[in-house]
Amino acid sequence: MPTAKPRFTLAAAVAVALVATSLTATAQPRTDLVVGMALEPPHLDPTAGAAGAIKEVTYANLFEPLLRVDADGRLIPGLAERWTVSEDGLTYRFSLRPNAKFHDGTAADSADVKFTLDRARAADSVNAQKAYFAPIAKVETPDPHTAVVTLSRPDGLFLFHMASGDAAIVAPESAATNKQKPVGTGPFRFDRWVAGDRVVLVRNPDYDGVQPKLDRVTFRFVSDPAAQVAALKAGDIDAFTLFSTYEALPEFRSDPNFTVTVGSTEGETILSTNNARKPFDDVRVRRAMAHAIDRQTLIEGVLYGNGVAIGSHFPPHREGYVDLTGMYPYDPAKAKALLAEAGYPNGFDTTLRLPPPPYARRGGELVAAMLAEVGIRAKIEPVEWAAWLEKTFKGKDYDLTMIAHTEPLDIDIYARPDYYFNYKSERFNGLNDELNRIQDPARRNALYGEEQKVLAEDAVNGFLFMLPSVTVQKAKLTGMWVNRPVQANDVTGVSWK
Amino acid sequence: MLAFLLRRLASLIVTVWLASIAVFAVLQLVPGDPALLMLGVNAQPDTLAALRGQMGLDQPVLTRYLHWAGDLARGDLGVSLTYARPVAELVAERLAVTLPLALLSLILSTVAALPLGLLAAARRGRGGDWAVLGFAQLGVSMPSFWIAILLILLFSLTLHWFPAGGFPGWGGGVGPALHALLLPALALAVPEAAILARVTRTAVLDTLGEDHVRTARAKGVGRMAVLLRHALPNALIPVATVLGLQISFLVAGAVVVENVFTLPGLGRLLYQAIGQRDLIVVQGVVVLLALFVVVVNALVDIACALADPRPKGGES
Repeated sequence: MPTAKPRFTLAAAVAVALVATSLTATAQPRTDLVVGMALEPPHLDPTAGAAGAIKEVTYANLFEPLLRVDADGRLIPGLAERWTVSEDGLTYRFSLRPNAKFHDGTAADSADVKFTLDRARAADSVNAQKAYFAPIAKVETPDPHTAVVTLSRPDGLFLFHMASGDAAIVAPESAATNKQKPVGTGPFRFDRWVAGDRVVLVRNPDYDGVQPKLDRVTFRFVSDPAAQVAALKAGDIDAFTLFSTYEALPEFRSDPNFTVTVGSTEGETILSTNNARKPFDDVRVRRAMAHAIDRQTLIEGVLYGNGVAIGSHFPPHREGYVDLTGMYPYDPAKAKALLAEAGYPNGFDTTLRLPPPPYARRGGELVAAMLAEVGIRAKIEPVEWAAWLEKTFKGKDYDLTMIAHTEPLDIDIYARPDYYFNYKSERFNGLNDELNRIQDPARRNALYGEEQKVLAEDAVNGFLFMLPSVTVQKAKLTGMWVNRPVQANDVTGVSWK
Repeated sequence: MLAFLLRRLASLIVTVWLASIAVFAVLQLVPGDPALLMLGVNAQPDTLAALRGQMGLDQPVLTRYLHWAGDLARGDLGVSLTYARPVAELVAERLAVTLPLALLSLILSTVAALPLGLLAAARRGRGGDWAVLGFAQLGVSMPSFWIAILLILLFSLTLHWFPAGGFPGWGGGVGPALHALLLPALALAVPEAAILARVTRTAVLDTLGEDHVRTARAKGVGRMAVLLRHALPNALIPVATVLGLQISFLVAGAVVVENVFTLPGLGRLLYQAIGQRDLIVVQGVVVLLALFVVVVNALVDIACALADPRPKGGES
């Protein structure tokens, strides 16, 4: 048996090697990460879809816009390492990272920037935020590392918009196939997608910026609340972001293996009101509803206390915020008086349509009960997301509905003609026009304050609370974002202790 | 037999065709626009129109049906509106989870149910019978998803023997994949085994009371031999019928267990596609499921005709 011995030696060597690697593995911190998310992205091209899950996988990890938003909401360099803005606010000059490359090895240069921006504003564009690109008049490329964008009108939010996932820089060679095989310039490359289960990214060794500490990041999609809790406890998932099974939080908080962080999102949760429909066209009725809703009870009941009340359509953590939560204190007697004044001493019947998210279904029940206290009998109508978009948002055929508006700095939706609130205010539109013209931050913040006051005085919608950004993670993990200034799971700075 | 087969084939084609019309019509009636879903609340009218054009939704309803049905007849299921991938590819990927899951639970339930049913019939009215009936009662009463949660609590969270959900894919080898499928298969198998054990028991008891069995006993054939050679073959016909119904149920109805274990199976694909209004995927999957159910039922009928131990003269 001459072969028996070498075989044995080989087996022994393998065993020793295995033991050795497992020993070193325990000595060194892990370099892989499994992030849990509730929803699976329909595809992985951030420039062709509104689903938050697309950006939560790709933003900053796979794809880079010209600028990025960091964990605190500040603008930091993305594919552009520097930028300047002309005095009149019309010309933006972006200097790109000289050695930036796409994952397929091709250079990422100003031609790609021009391609991306022109594609997003073209007639056949399917960019979900095409309005972001509307002010662009032309994009020029004086050299491979410089892109000059000229606007047709000043836009105070232009840089902010160019830092969104919708403005991620893509290459003409791969733009058509990014949905399935995303090719970006980020520090992670796409590895594989087990549809319905997970997307795996691996570190991009050719990345020209700061290398991330993780070698492999897996995004797993678990929609069932009980399954989310089980996956965390079983150790299958290291960190679950935008965790909304709030009732499970005390359990994780008391477990030393886990850390729970509660931060802010951009999601103003509101009781959207059809301002064109009777009786909601009467500001007294809308103010009565504002007095009828006890926000603190709502926050306790829906978010188990993990939320911040709002008095207008603006997040408290942003500059320019004005605290208007005291304008309509909870006062059922006052609400009844206002209703009587408006001609509804016995209240009225209405319908409250609720989309699927738990905050809406749970919150809707509570809001309906609070409205019933002052005589407003709201019939609850649960609908699925597709039906909500079609009937409520597009068709504007509704009385009341409850929804979180998650786009950052989206107070301008109140100036849009034909938006589903059916709200029209010359005063607000005037403020909004001025905001679009002005670059000075102090003046901008003052204008934002004015806008918030107008919306609160008109009680356009029921302003309820900010949706929290709750993350349940293993205690040894550091660098996960606490706040959610943009839709993202930026794991470029995440590591294990 | 040939006439029988041709009749089955004709009814099969008609059923699938009717199913294709039904699912297409229903999807036209429910509110929801796949383009609007993709682009969300900030979409501009011109962007929506561009995407609807790309998706082919600007065509008249009849044109779209004929286009889709024509492709379907040629075996082309079309391309998903949301995933931008061929539906056949998506379905194949999901079947790689759902079919092994269904097969595994079918094997588990059959292997458990047949001996249990026989045992109960043989020990009628005694301890063994009561134990099996008790299990059957319990198994029928507990829904799969509840069993699934109990299994996760014990085997994943307490003992850490199995993952609490998810599927690593077959690419990582058969071992890890089967490991991920075993708990869900068990959760699906328990209610199935309960039903099957009861059906087996009743069917065996029925045949035990028949004349040919009494004759066999009178001839001096042993108890065990009567049970296995005379009672079981006859009892297998109702058992096979129930089994056939269950195969369809396992494939189409595993959606709840797939959700509890977050398995990327066919049920979840359908569920997600309905939510996304991915009409092409929904239509394709529903027609395939209809085809599957019809084919399985036809196969069960044929199997029953073949398994019937009565002489095969003339049509009955």
